[in-house]
Amino acid sequence: MQPVKIIQSRFVPLPLENIDTDQIIPARFLKATTREGFGENLFRDWRYESNDDNKPKKDFVLNQQQYEGKILVAGKNFGCGSSREHAAWAILDYGFTVIVSSFFADIFKGNSLNNGLLPIQVSDEFLQKIFQQGNKATLTVDLENQKIIIDNTGEEETFEINRYKKNCLLNGYDDIDYLVSIKEDIESFEKQYA
Amino acid sequence: MIGPELGITQPGMTIVCGDSHTSTHGAFGSIAFGIGTSEVEMVFASQCVLQSRPKVMRININGELNKGVVSKDIILYIISKISASGATGYFVEYAGSAITSLSMESRMTICNMSIEMGARGGMIAPDETTFNYIKGRKFAPQGEEWERKLNEWRKLKTDEDAVFDKEINIDAAHIEPMITYGTNPGLGIAINGLIPTAESITDEGDRKNILKALEYMGLQQGNSLLGMPVQNIFIGSCTNSRIEDLRLVADVVKGKKKSENVKVMIVPGSQQVAAQIKEEGLDKIFEEAGFEVRQAGCSACLGMNEDKIPAGEYCISTSNRNFEGRQGAGARTLLASPLTAAASAITGVVTDIRTLLN
Repeated sequence: MQPVKIIQSRFVPLPLENIDTDQIIPARFLKATTREGFGENLFRDWRYESNDDNKPKKDFVLNQQQYEGKILVAGKNFGCGSSREHAAWAILDYGFTVIVSSFFADIFKGNSLNNGLLPIQVSDEFLQKIFQQGNKATLTVDLENQKIIIDNTGEEETFEINRYKKNCLLNGYDDIDYLVSIKEDIESFEKQYA
Repeated sequence: MIGPELGITQPGMTIVCGDSHTSTHGAFGSIAFGIGTSEVEMVFASQCVLQSRPKVMRININGELNKGVVSKDIILYIISKISASGATGYFVEYAGSAITSLSMESRMTICNMSIEMGARGGMIAPDETTFNYIKGRKFAPQGEEWERKLNEWRKLKTDEDAVFDKEINIDAAHIEPMITYGTNPGLGIAINGLIPTAESITDEGDRKNILKALEYMGLQQGNSLLGMPVQNIFIGSCTNSRIEDLRLVADVVKGKKKSENVKVMIVPGSQQVAAQIKEEGLDKIFEEAGFEVRQAGCSACLGMNEDKIPAGEYCISTSNRNFEGRQGAGARTLLASPLTAAASAITGVVTDIRTLLN
């Protein structure tokens, strides 16, 4: 996992609510056995005219050159639906490191944190302020200080993140490293309740 | 499907699996929830999974269910009331007389769809119905071990003075056969109700969502769905493909033929159910009705194999998700109960099962 610390970037706006995991990565692309390559099919059915050719839909934001960046900004209840971790992989593989919304589905949020994709939950008002910025605007995400800043206007909001997960992201660790390090405690707990 | 069938799923267990519908096992009073691949890796490596403590919600449903209303309608009703994100961050307990009177299979349908309102898991306290279901199954405890487990399991009830972060009370008499009209499971109405109008929705975000959903679905605000032609019926998925579901369908279609205008797929959830429908002769009833009995498994629930719904066509589906493209690119899914699906298979249009029962 790549460490995440301070990210300053333009952003891609997707002001839709309840974006579900079948939109992020449709089920027919889940058969791969490695985590690479899912970015090609991120938002597949919104992004291309038909399933069979790769003709981009001009009105979809990922096909509009004026928008780019490492930050995806989306409407509330992002990532609802399936537990498929491929949704987080696809977003990461496409090149995003941060995703901002006013609400995340539970499993998606966990999957993101486990893969080095930082989900930032902001207030509805702050989310609308971001959407109002033009395509040249940049955001700064400071994980250490748990802040997200709209660079143009200097407006900022702090965000919550589990302390343990924050450390994992700052250092690029994953959970297995941690669990393996407390293996003895786990074993004695299990003996106690066996 | 097979965990409960084989008696592997038991009260008090913690069950995780890389599938959000793992919540199904909560019907046995186990803590069961879906996890992502990295978490599966964590479980294999350490037998543990790091989780933060969820909030707790109890949904009490009391009273008697109306004729034609089954457990699928209960859960679609709940989700339509609290929305597709109404229980995010929560674990839910379903309680009340309308829940305890249900069979295990019906309870599984309800717990299965907990995730569709955002909850990680849903559970029902184990009782005699639970114990009778488990007893004698292949991996169920035997002899003295059974007695010991039974004593433990009887303790797995919510304390009388337990405090919930949120509690919802529902009168079972208010629940009618349900159907969805939109592209998330929260966009559902009573089958004889009307699709909401944009004007009636105060939240701007919700209004935009519904208009977008209706455009995808090719439906009009303010209209009724009753009588609308459908081209496909899918009876299956981990929500509604247990033997009880298929028996319900067989009762409705016995001696009848499907409408010429619909393609009907009916899919047992497991090999055991597939064998059981043969044993009970249900497969004959389905074949004579013109239904296609497909191979046990997920089938047309998620468009991952060749069982897909063509773009633009409607499908009344007993599955759990009506997301855009879920059953195939451009497919339009209407979620409903096995009874509604069976009735609509006969008529070829969206049908209120109660009109066939009379």
